[in-house]
Amino acid sequence: MTELTSFDKSLLNLLQGNLPVCSHPFARLAEELGSDEDTVLSRLRELKRNGYLRRIGTFFNSGRLGYKGTLVALRVDPERLQDVAEAVNGYPGATHNYEREGRYNLWFTLLTPCAEMEKRILAEVEALPGVEDILNLKANKKYKINVQFNLH
Amino acid sequence: MAQDDTMTELDKKIVRALQEDFPLVAEPYQVLADQVGISKELLLERVKDLEQRKVIRKMGAVLCHREVGFSANVLVAWVCPSARLDEVAAKMAQSPSVSHCYDRNTAPDWPYNLYTMVHGHSRQECEAIVARLGKMCGIDEHVMLYSKKEWKKTSMKYFMEK
Repeated sequence: MTELTSFDKSLLNLLQGNLPVCSHPFARLAEELGSDEDTVLSRLRELKRNGYLRRIGTFFNSGRLGYKGTLVALRVDPERLQDVAEAVNGYPGATHNYEREGRYNLWFTLLTPCAEMEKRILAEVEALPGVEDILNLKANKKYKINVQFNLH
Repeated sequence: MAQDDTMTELDKKIVRALQEDFPLVAEPYQVLADQVGISKELLLERVKDLEQRKVIRKMGAVLCHREVGFSANVLVAWVCPSARLDEVAAKMAQSPSVSHCYDRNTAPDWPYNLYTMVHGHSRQECEAIVARLGKMCGIDEHVMLYSKKEWKKTSMKYFMEK
């Protein structure tokens, strides 16, 4: 893995915040960095190849698209954990799925376009062999969603 | 839901194109417009509209936190008096170490109602950040839910249901 240069860090700090919506967004970024479009694009391709960028593009507000989100906590028999985790992974709306320390050992987020689909999926998950308890922790209010790391 | 939140068929097509990886080329909106089958000018206009309506919450990048040195993260579930939720959540949200802050339903044997995702360079740093957050907000009862294994981490693909 190559080390990040100070130019890379400035570029990534800027890019995490705002990619301009215009004809030549990377030229606009380059201007702010005192660089040029080709340099910015070639650095970004390199950084992406090296695994620094999880995703570049558009991040949507799921609620505004009509989707409902929830966090689900499961207590699963450790012997069955892998089977249950894999079954949960099979739902496209289950976007994050983690085994965690504590009383509830499997936690996943679920996005669905309607309440009926959420209900159906949660009933299916609850019925999986090894699932001993399920908590449906619906979000009432989202105060912050911003995965941003300041690099220096 | 407000009237202006209605997603037209064109909006949905645009969302499907935008949720894929953004083309790293000089004119990315030209590539995306070709995929949608509209002009670049119309696409830019629609994207700006989606931004204004807050359907788009961010255009830009999310980094792989491990690669950039933030190798530790923990989901912290707090017990916060409901009358203080807005005030406490606002304070916690101000911390750059907190990426997500949600108020969630409780369950009979699960009193935790405020959730923060905390990032640090080490588990030790996470512990220190969480202790500071609790002290700053005057709330004490919490659980730290460290991840043991990542089974799945993806971006949602919207409007793909059959």
